[in-house]
Amino acid sequence: MPKDHGIGASPKRREDVRFLTGAGNYTDDINVHGQAYVHFLRSDLAHGKINSIDTSTAEGMPGVVRIFTGADFEGVGGLPCGWQVTDKHGEVMKEPAHPVLAQGKVRHVGDPIAAVVADSLEQARTAAEAIVLDIEELPAVVDMGKALESGATKVHDDLSDNLCYDWQFGTDTETTDAAFKSAAHVTTLELVNNRLVANPMEPRVAVGDYSRAGDDYTLYTTSQNPHVIRLLMGAFVLGIPEHKLRVVAPDVGGGFGTKIFHYAEEAFCTFAAKACNRPVKWTSTRSEAFMSDAHGRDHVTKIELALDKDNNFLAVRTDTKANMGAYLSTFSSSVPTWLHGTLMAGNYKTPAVQVNVKAVFTNTVPVDAYRGAGRPEATFQLERVIDMAARELGVDPIALRRQNFITQFPYATPVAVEYDTGDYEATMAKMEELMDIGGFAARRKASEAKGMLRGLGVNCFIEACGIAPSNLVGQLGARAGLYDAATVRVNATGSISVMVGAHSHGQGHETVFPQVVAEMLGIDESMIDIVHGDTSKIPFGMGTYGSRSLAVCGSAMVRATEKIINKAKKIAGHLLEASDSDIELKDGMFSVAGTDKSVAWGDVTLAAYVPHNYPLEDIEPGLEETAFYDPANFTYPAGAYACEVELDPETGKVTIEKFVSADDFGNVVNPMIVEGQVHGGIAQGIGQALLENCAYDENGQLLSASYMDYAMPRADDIPHMASYVVDHSCQTPCTHNPLGVKGCGEAGAIGSPPTVVNAVIDALHSGGHTHVSHIDMPVSPSRVWAAMNGQ
Amino acid sequence: MYSFDIQRPTSVADAVAALGTDEALPLGGGQTLIPTLKQRLSAPSVLVSLSGIAEIKGVCTNDDGALCIGGGTTHATVAKEASAYPGLAALAGNIGDPAVRNRGTIGGSVANNDPSACYPAAVLASGATVVTNTRSIAADDYFQGMFATALNEGEIITEVRFPVPEKSAYMKFEQPASRFALVGVFVAKFADGVRVAVTGASEEGVFRWTEAEAALSSNFSADAVPAAPSGDGMISDLHGSGAYRAHLVAVMTKRAVAAAS
Ligand SMILES: Cc1cc2nc3c(=O)[nH]c(=O)nc-3n(C[C@H](O)[C@H](O)[C@H](O)COP(=O)(O)OP(=O)(O)OC[C@H]3O[C@@H](n4cnc5c(N)ncnc54)[C@H](O)[C@@H]3O)c2cc1C
Repeated sequence: MPKDHGIGASPKRREDVRFLTGAGNYTDDINVHGQAYVHFLRSDLAHGKINSIDTSTAEGMPGVVRIFTGADFEGVGGLPCGWQVTDKHGEVMKEPAHPVLAQGKVRHVGDPIAAVVADSLEQARTAAEAIVLDIEELPAVVDMGKALESGATKVHDDLSDNLCYDWQFGTDTETTDAAFKSAAHVTTLELVNNRLVANPMEPRVAVGDYSRAGDDYTLYTTSQNPHVIRLLMGAFVLGIPEHKLRVVAPDVGGGFGTKIFHYAEEAFCTFAAKACNRPVKWTSTRSEAFMSDAHGRDHVTKIELALDKDNNFLAVRTDTKANMGAYLSTFSSSVPTWLHGTLMAGNYKTPAVQVNVKAVFTNTVPVDAYRGAGRPEATFQLERVIDMAARELGVDPIALRRQNFITQFPYATPVAVEYDTGDYEATMAKMEELMDIGGFAARRKASEAKGMLRGLGVNCFIEACGIAPSNLVGQLGARAGLYDAATVRVNATGSISVMVGAHSHGQGHETVFPQVVAEMLGIDESMIDIVHGDTSKIPFGMGTYGSRSLAVCGSAMVRATEKIINKAKKIAGHLLEASDSDIELKDGMFSVAGTDKSVAWGDVTLAAYVPHNYPLEDIEPGLEETAFYDPANFTYPAGAYACEVELDPETGKVTIEKFVSADDFGNVVNPMIVEGQVHGGIAQGIGQALLENCAYDENGQLLSASYMDYAMPRADDIPHMASYVVDHSCQTPCTHNPLGVKGCGEAGAIGSPPTVVNAVIDALHSGGHTHVSHIDMPVSPSRVWAAMNGQ
Repeated sequence: MYSFDIQRPTSVADAVAALGTDEALPLGGGQTLIPTLKQRLSAPSVLVSLSGIAEIKGVCTNDDGALCIGGGTTHATVAKEASAYPGLAALAGNIGDPAVRNRGTIGGSVANNDPSACYPAAVLASGATVVTNTRSIAADDYFQGMFATALNEGEIITEVRFPVPEKSAYMKFEQPASRFALVGVFVAKFADGVRVAVTGASEEGVFRWTEAEAALSSNFSADAVPAAPSGDGMISDLHGSGAYRAHLVAVMTKRAVAAAS
């Protein structure tokens, strides 16, 4: 019988009551007395030299409080990059200045040039129209290949060229080359991992507030990690010491990575609140989001796979150009390197794996982590080239994968990570069963009878989650630790507030975290609340991304709860006149082993706060414990996915008829929430595979700048729930964290894009279009039709 | 949005009078106009809302059998009440989403003449008449290229009169992002011949595919649809080349013929 509470149960998400009844408190719901509004005047050119900005007329317009330009930020730090990558020549990456407001040049459409603070937003907009700009248009650098040509226009004049770094990783060149030389077959594939816009439902918002009374600042912002923002903005940009800066990220309506980063608008509102001595609010429009939220992906890759005569993988070699955009966003540099290269072994025991990545500056919006961050890019190329190899060799793509699976754990890959545990055969078998692979031929026949083509695509993936062991990432260039923290505050009557460093912006932490504590203490979940998102309330944790919340912050919470239990047992031992080593805790009762003597949870907690009968000589009163947890390794969720598509050969339109995921997330605390995470992740992956395309023209104009042209997945793009099967029954618990959990937030977005594309290629081949070996995402009807017709 | 005044007349006469002022614009359902205003791409000083004018709302059949739809009638109402013309009702029921259909009006759509909008195909294929406060305009004279029509400033579409064909169907191939028509084809079979109008495809806006009309008038079957027209002059953008659109014109025409009822 499924459990009805604690770990393994699926209580409904308690936060949904407020979300669904309009009682949430989002950043835009926060209005501070006396606030002014800022409108950013943004560049409509991709690249230009700022000759002059004349604000004199605008300053006299109604309601204007003050107008800021780059000159006002000259004494202020730029937006920092949190990860320093060292390239293959031992040189550190180029790190151009990233001013809060443009200085000297504009470098992408959307680059903020000036900021008008006014009594009302409409007044600020109107005044901004009166700012006279003299900007000399420069040739735009858009294509990464052209950006790297010698003599190319430079995005940053003070750098030698547009190459941020030239990184190499994994097996050395000699060994890799030798493996390719000895190969019986080599498959080569060139592909694009399409640029995406994250599009969380809630656009970004920032409200800066300053109090002269205490010389302290508060920033309300749409962030996945308020402490990271406090540290980056306080220490690196504005020079505000942490104790004078409070960052609050209240209810946040989706992040998907794009709300990890520290953005100019946050720094601006905080800075301007003091400069204007008024709270300053900014609410992004959707149009602004398209040109100012960090974008995702945008890799151009050549991947080669070498196989021996028995189809064993010998070597993988990749050559990727990764678009950084015009500036380095907070974690941009780490995405194509350590979050991507380390995953290039996939689920396979390939002995040689070499990854080459050139990061490139262009006149486009900065690119950074987006759900999966580097791991979808790795999975896509590897699983596409394997599929292509199977086709070239005429072997079953499932059998080819199976034959090359890693089966012994722990397994040290040629790309520096050690998978602690896994069972790829189990997830593959589960996927085959749920997909009813055996029935595919009949389903294809039925589709063909309707004039449609049907394709089956399979895919395996591995990801590194639970980010991350601090000492390891420190060696790799991270400028932060990646532990997390939790404080368990038990109140006098036994209720509990858990202050966590993780941030919930849709994931459901407020439901899941109490399940864990409740299970450990044997008390009711309703007695436990999670507090998150406010640096003045929570310990210094690093926030939520990289499928880390439960694996890292949850582990800190477990450790803190263990400390609570230890102390509570001492109190109980005192109350029961027994040694604390004889005290057992079960179902919220402390009892002396082997006796019927017991004392309830609430009596112990009350004793802690009313210590009349209490071992004050041994322990302090109160019951509150904090733990910081730094993971020993990444976690390695893995899975096998499959989907079936129907393809209309007349129009090229692809519909997904069935999708199956068989994931291994280790232990699962709340199955319903895990399934929701995977459903959502796959939907985003389907979006990337079939619909989403952030496109620029050759002048650096954003072509897909609104929902009129940027296609988001909608409910009817996703298979009906009955044909949308997400399974997590294969569980190899993580070996190094106390809950044995691996993380489930990104899996769907990582595993699904190659699954879909593999299915489309399969469908086309079944229809005789055997010349089509690959179609770049999004696999839109027009691209399918063009590929079919050799256009 | 810039600030503007709003007027809410209850008769066409009052609306016309209100539109007499400089820089006044009629407001239908606002589904196109409001986003334009929000982006400050249009700056009328007065908006004259047509939604309170009962005389330009509703669906009825006139003496010669034409279906008359008031210019202020929403897509949702047409979808529900134009059962006498199933091809048209189906078209209206597939515009945008419920919010758009409950606000957007046929008058607004036809006045706007977006090159990817659905209604213009129905109006042109039906040989409908666009009736305004001053005159009646035949569909063949009304559409004059992308976003261009025969309407004068301040002229209000009060009604669109659709002759009802024996058989009809609209086939829309959706642009993946906006879900407007990447290519939409309306086929209408009348006793005296077939009319085929294409939206979404041409740089000139909605047009009649006369080759298909001729072929289908002598043999109304999907097999009779001619080969795809040339891709020259077809819209080429992020969502498809001119050649692709031209190809879809033929595919959607065949499907419309097959579906016509
Ligand atoms: C999300 C979304 C999806 C959509 N999808 C589709 C789709 O799939 N297919 C499709 O065809 N359309 C689609 N539309 C457009 C929709 O049909 C609009 O409703 C229509 O284009 C405009 O109608 P309206 O009544 O809202 O006009 P408004 O926006 O109010 O006005 C549009 C223009 O027409 C003028 N006007 C309005 N009424 C009259 C009148 N009676 N006489 C003279 N001039 C008038 C206005 O002054 C303005 O210039 C979509 C719109 C949205 C927002």
